Amino acid sequence: MVETYPFPADTNHVITASRVNFFYGATQALFDISMDIPGRRVTAFIGPSGCGKSTFLRIFNRMNDTITGTRIEGEVLINGEDIYESGSNVVRLRRKVGMVFQKSNPFPKSIFDNVAYGPRIHGTHDRQQLAEIVEQSLIRSALWNEVKDRLETNALGLSGGQQQRLCIARALAVGPDILLMDEPASALDPKSTIRIEDLIGELRNEYTIVIVTHNMQQAARISDYTAFFYEGRLVEFNATKKIFTKPREKQTEDYITGRFG
Amino acid sequence: MWKDKAMRLLMVSAASTSIFLVALIFIFLVKEAAPFVLTPGLRALLDRQWIPVSFVQEHFGILPLVTGSALVTGLSMLFTIPLSVLGAIYIAEIANPVEREILKPFIELLASIPSVVLGFFGLVVLAPLIKALFGLGTGLTALTGAFLLTLMAIPTVITLSEDAIMSVPRAYKDASQALGASDLQTIFRVIIPAALPGIIAAIMLGVGRVIGETMAVLMVTGNSALMSWSPLAPVRTMTATIAAEMGEVSFGSIHYQALFWIGLVLLAVTFILNIIAQRVLVRYGMMK
Repeated sequence: MVETYPFPADTNHVITASRVNFFYGATQALFDISMDIPGRRVTAFIGPSGCGKSTFLRIFNRMNDTITGTRIEGEVLINGEDIYESGSNVVRLRRKVGMVFQKSNPFPKSIFDNVAYGPRIHGTHDRQQLAEIVEQSLIRSALWNEVKDRLETNALGLSGGQQQRLCIARALAVGPDILLMDEPASALDPKSTIRIEDLIGELRNEYTIVIVTHNMQQAARISDYTAFFYEGRLVEFNATKKIFTKPREKQTEDYITGRFG
Repeated sequence: MWKDKAMRLLMVSAASTSIFLVALIFIFLVKEAAPFVLTPGLRALLDRQWIPVSFVQEHFGILPLVTGSALVTGLSMLFTIPLSVLGAIYIAEIANPVEREILKPFIELLASIPSVVLGFFGLVVLAPLIKALFGLGTGLTALTGAFLLTLMAIPTVITLSEDAIMSVPRAYKDASQALGASDLQTIFRVIIPAALPGIIAAIMLGVGRVIGETMAVLMVTGNSALMSWSPLAPVRTMTATIAAEMGEVSFGSIHYQALFWIGLVLLAVTFILNIIAQRVLVRYGMMK
């Protein structure tokens, strides 16, 4: 069981998970996870493949709901609201909790229509307003200068790194508070990876970012807090500096020193 | 070694048989139709009347037959497209596995009903119904034919559209849902646009199937070769004309040649439709 975390006294916990168990059919994937994620910070989830870190991430925007046969126990509060309560509104939740996937997945539409997709489905149709949202989102995702002259071209013509920044812009366009990132740079070349990491650094003051990563150096570079998962359990959660210098658990130390995983 | 070679030869010839046969059919059609070009000349085909047997003046205008085919096909597509596309969306995106297991065999069953049997159904059930419903003198109309053709086109269009929808990457759906889109928004704004080339190709192949269909339309469309765009009037299609008259025509006559011209026009239309469908599929990477 994980002990108390050394958060500063004024920390505002945006996500609070209590005693979460998660099942794919009869297989239990997550075991009794409790964790408070601070707002406007970058929190990294690390751990070997299959440790449940992605599954846990997808709980926060209920993306696991789209897989048949899954079941969750426990309580997850986001901004104080129980997101798995029966009357809870998934659409509203997902507007507040954006997600960026491992493989960039722009729609086969124009760059403009990709970013405008979210605002449109939520009822914004004014061309002027959409243009503004698209521009702001692309500026924030550090893509504007590269694409401003070809917003009407197909997004699939962009490079892999640009596509991933477009997906970030698309997520930002609906105005989320929280950004979930599931190994957003794992399919990218080193240069594009650094751009994404820089971007996360720029977004950290405005958004609560939770990022799953395989890459421990990446977690060390970009995150404020790091959680280590192993076999469906949360082993250790602490300030990133502490995790990488003085881990409390033996398992954590073995993992970050490369003894397994 | 020689066994390998013999086997190879056997398989190459088996595989090329269809090319050979298509070429043969085409050559045969052209050869039988050719003399018509000299007398009475291709202009005769553009006549607005088709009266191939007459004591006064024969007319070989295929226009009424072309409009007949176009009317029946167009009407049928009016029903086929919405039914098939909505059906495919349901099967591919909404139906649970049990529903899918029930629906799919029935669609395949529909495809395997012989068109003559459907023709019987049209004569006995549909035609009287349409006659009574619209207060007509006869129930054998373009509309009756279109209904039957819809039954025949649906399995083709539904199955191919479903394939197109199923081949849309899961990642598009994830992205849309993660942005807070409802299932319907995801289907109509992301999945259908992404599958559209495949759906268009499916429709083209459906049109090809419908234009070429003979037996059922021969039985239920009334066979009146009068130029008309009314869905409630009897019409005669190109295919039905060939089927009905080929048995009685005197071999090598101008009438005989005119029937071959109808065949050539049909072949050209279906050929063009198939090429368009293939092009669309290749262009959007749905077929290698």
